[in-house]
Amino acid sequence: MSNLISKYFPLFTDKEVPHTVQARPDTGLYSAKLGIWLFLASEVMLFGGLFSAYIFLRIGAEPGYWPSGLLNVPVGTMNTAILIISSVTVVFAWAALKMRQLGKYRLYMLITILCGAIFLTVKLSYEWPAKFNHFGVFIKKESASKYEAFLGNKHLEVTGQNPRWEITGHLLDAPKGSSYAHQAEHNAEHFAHETGRHDAVTPAEDDYVIQVDAVNANPSDKDNDRPHFWPRETSTTLAVINAKDVESASVFAPRHSTYFATYFLITGLHGLHVLGGILVFLYLWLPFPGGTGLYKTNPEHLANRVEIAGLFWHFVDLVWIFVFPIFYLL
Amino acid sequence: MSTIATADTGHHDATKEHGHGEHHHPELGFLQRWVFSTDHKVIGLQYAVTGLSFLFFGFLLMLVMRWQLASPGQPVPMVGAFLRSVFGQTVMTDAGALTAAGYNVFGAMHGTIMVFFGIVPVAVAGFGNFVVPLQIGAPDMAFPKLNMASFWCFFTSCVIMTGSFFVPGSAAKSGWTAYPPLAGIADLEGGNIWLNGQTIWLIAMVFNITGSLLGSINFITTIIQLRAPGLTWMRLPFFVWAQFVTAFLLVLAFPPLEAAGFMQLTDRVLGTSFFMPTGLMIGQSVAQTWSGGGSPILWQHLFWFLAHPEVYVLILPAIGIVSEVVANNTRKPLHGYKAMVYSVFVLGFLSFIVWAHHMYMTGMGAKVAAFFQVTTIMISVPSVILLTSLLMSLWGGSIRFNTPMLFATAFLPMFGLGGLTGIPLAFNAVDLFLHDTYYVIGHFHYVVAPGTIFGLFAGVYFWYPKVTGRKMSEFLGHVHFWGSLITINGIFFPMFLQGMAGVHRRWYDGGVTYEQLAGPVLHWNMVMTVSAGLLALFQLVFIWNFFTSWKLGQKVGRNPWDATTLDWDTPTPPPHGNFDKPLMVYRGPYEYSVPGHPTDFIPQTEKV
Amino acid sequence: MSAPHTDHSSQPVLDSSSIHDVPANAAEIASHAVEYLKVGAALLVLTGVTVGLSYVDFGSRNMNIVVGMIVATIKAGLVAAIFMHLKGEKITIWRFLVMTGIFAAGLFFLTYLAHSDPISGTFHATH
Repeated sequence: MSNLISKYFPLFTDKEVPHTVQARPDTGLYSAKLGIWLFLASEVMLFGGLFSAYIFLRIGAEPGYWPSGLLNVPVGTMNTAILIISSVTVVFAWAALKMRQLGKYRLYMLITILCGAIFLTVKLSYEWPAKFNHFGVFIKKESASKYEAFLGNKHLEVTGQNPRWEITGHLLDAPKGSSYAHQAEHNAEHFAHETGRHDAVTPAEDDYVIQVDAVNANPSDKDNDRPHFWPRETSTTLAVINAKDVESASVFAPRHSTYFATYFLITGLHGLHVLGGILVFLYLWLPFPGGTGLYKTNPEHLANRVEIAGLFWHFVDLVWIFVFPIFYLL
Repeated sequence: MSTIATADTGHHDATKEHGHGEHHHPELGFLQRWVFSTDHKVIGLQYAVTGLSFLFFGFLLMLVMRWQLASPGQPVPMVGAFLRSVFGQTVMTDAGALTAAGYNVFGAMHGTIMVFFGIVPVAVAGFGNFVVPLQIGAPDMAFPKLNMASFWCFFTSCVIMTGSFFVPGSAAKSGWTAYPPLAGIADLEGGNIWLNGQTIWLIAMVFNITGSLLGSINFITTIIQLRAPGLTWMRLPFFVWAQFVTAFLLVLAFPPLEAAGFMQLTDRVLGTSFFMPTGLMIGQSVAQTWSGGGSPILWQHLFWFLAHPEVYVLILPAIGIVSEVVANNTRKPLHGYKAMVYSVFVLGFLSFIVWAHHMYMTGMGAKVAAFFQVTTIMISVPSVILLTSLLMSLWGGSIRFNTPMLFATAFLPMFGLGGLTGIPLAFNAVDLFLHDTYYVIGHFHYVVAPGTIFGLFAGVYFWYPKVTGRKMSEFLGHVHFWGSLITINGIFFPMFLQGMAGVHRRWYDGGVTYEQLAGPVLHWNMVMTVSAGLLALFQLVFIWNFFTSWKLGQKVGRNPWDATTLDWDTPTPPPHGNFDKPLMVYRGPYEYSVPGHPTDFIPQTEKV
Repeated sequence: MSAPHTDHSSQPVLDSSSIHDVPANAAEIASHAVEYLKVGAALLVLTGVTVGLSYVDFGSRNMNIVVGMIVATIKAGLVAAIFMHLKGEKITIWRFLVMTGIFAAGLFFLTYLAHSDPISGTFHATH
């Protein structure tokens, strides 16, 4: 069988290239170790490019156009912890292989894979979708005074903070022809069901009606000047915003602002790395010829593979260690 | 146990232990051997042939543009109708003349193809793959499968990029630099957000970059891990050093562009505004397609963070090839080998901190401009050391002027001209005047066309016997060389004259509209166009020579050039696994004309 | 390694009993396990610290960012040094990483520099 495979798919043949398993004496490294570190160096530059874009755009953002406190901090903290735990289990898996304990290796690797899977699931089925149903409207500066009750710019000016131009919350009614009409309708039904109020939908055809977030409900409250750990309930206050006063309106999708654009791009790319790591770990965990199957013939080779896959995984963890504070906290 | 048929020396222990590699090889069919191969030599050839084809294609695009510049609005002779049927009405008029949009398409694709699909694949991946493992005495690259993956990533990008000519609106038309906001809005009005030139350009570039990264990681690992016993660092042929630094430039400079590519992609398909400023006017109205708050300058930073090191990626392998050819044909060691090695490192390092000299026109402040001015001038020091060392290597040599050496010799003044004309551009004040004129075009084309591409030709003529077992025709080689040398100067030298007169690089009619300014230098357009046409004819000589010599060229043995490095110590052509004898390296790479030795060269493996 | 050439063209054949044996440094690896656990715990604690500190007002937002980044850098250093075995890693790898670090820093710093030093009135004209 393996002959057949190697005949038609030379991709799977093994060559006699030295130092695939044994270290070269003068460098003390086997080739894959060097290779993965070079790859990680390029990854540093890839994420470096993205982070420098983040810095560039954040510094360049006009006051009030770089939002904060819009992400779910407890969930982010949990995901950070999950990645850290998986980093511990993956070194344990490698150490187990080094000590030739296959059973332990399988267990630790399974935990690592599960941690990765949980991380991605939380991201894709909870965090991102929650953002896609959250709405923000940037008010034109010349119209901002009309919406002072939601923006609280006088209070912010007095206390020396950046102005606020955005009203966020759940969209209950959108101007005619808006692509968010369907979402608004759905939210309005939910709102009516929860509160028993049916005043969310206005007859006017060019109004946004937003069930505003706690910040916009009491913008001059000092309690809102600092971010909060636990996400607060959306208030039942409704803001009615005329489309003429709107600079831009969007759900919390990449197009919402440069903040969400960088957030989705960096976490998306990071998520792809997590996915890639999971797939590699699955390959090494299952009895493929290059996976656990390798244990029988050359356990040291398998340990090397786990080590370099682990290095990649730690790097993915390391990137997240920076992603978490810059998007969730600061 | 079958060993290699051509084995002539030594007892081959390796075959005893792991002999399957060799005797499986003949069983491989055509597809396995030549298409889905993991052998570095085959992959090198795949890269080189694909790259050479793209170089020719990119050159033909430019021929059409040159026709348009010399005879604005006139149908392209002979092939106008054919081009109309291939490229469609966006690019060519019914009469067979190039349209304005078509001019932009060809310009953008000429740059993209020449840089990312022509020179880098030939110089770095082609020569690098074929020659580096041979020169360091390795049986293959460190990661053969990754090597194949790298080629197929590259090939995918080739297919995608070529395919982009055939989508509605034709291929990308925002220059090879893809500057936003122009590139951000190109082809989006009423078009499909995915199926348009610029979006496809970005997708193709992501594949291209990925392929480059995989390849470069492989090169570095191979050079560090697979050097033959005794081949210490300072015994490496200079070509290997050049490839080593080049690979580093690619590994570290390309990722920021990949990141920027993702950002421009989301700008185009998801409506983000990484590079799209607030209040951008399109036509008469403010664009509402983007959320705003982005910066076009950010793209330029990320782009040139790659693209300046990329310039050295283009030139270093060529310098490496020229060094090999010069040492071999002067029958002398390279002058200042160590100085060259250190220079190439300094060059690589400095190339990362000069990028913003491409951006003097962006309203950069004096402090930043001064910083980049200084680093840019600094980088000319190692460049001059390299060039001077090569010139000094000629001194007192009994030079053999065969075709590779002709190209290598011509490389020196041509690269020198390209380099020296770059120095004025390093200065902020001068650059403000010369920016985006034909002077700039002349400057960097002298570096990459009669510079790098002549280096590549030298390499093709030099290693062709190793690849095929036959030499290319010397007579046709001389015709190719002299014809190319004269015509290529006919194309690029007048560009300096036009540029200093103020002719802008992006004028679609060659400057006719601005005759008051460009009038005195307009006649050069015809000179350049005729030269370009003749240059094309001389390339046909090369193509003919390349293919016919494969079967008809003079048969040669292992070491037709009496060279010293390990690549000439293999059977010709090298078999799978490369070497037929145990390797041990005893000496430096260029021990030519050593007094007291019976031959005028001592191979690195010779113990004496 | 009988002859000088064998280094590159063949590997010493591993006899099948030796590769299944527990390597000589097994005890050392086992002792590392405790260290990994400690580092994991430290990372979890530091995550809590990052979150906690972000709710403390250090005077300005920039100061908060600096504090947050310091903690994140400590965490990243722990991951790199211990989990990724950079502590005691071979010099070859260190060389690359130092270069990478320099270029990455250059990318950050010069981008910032270029942004902070525009000719006034042109760069921000659209805002």
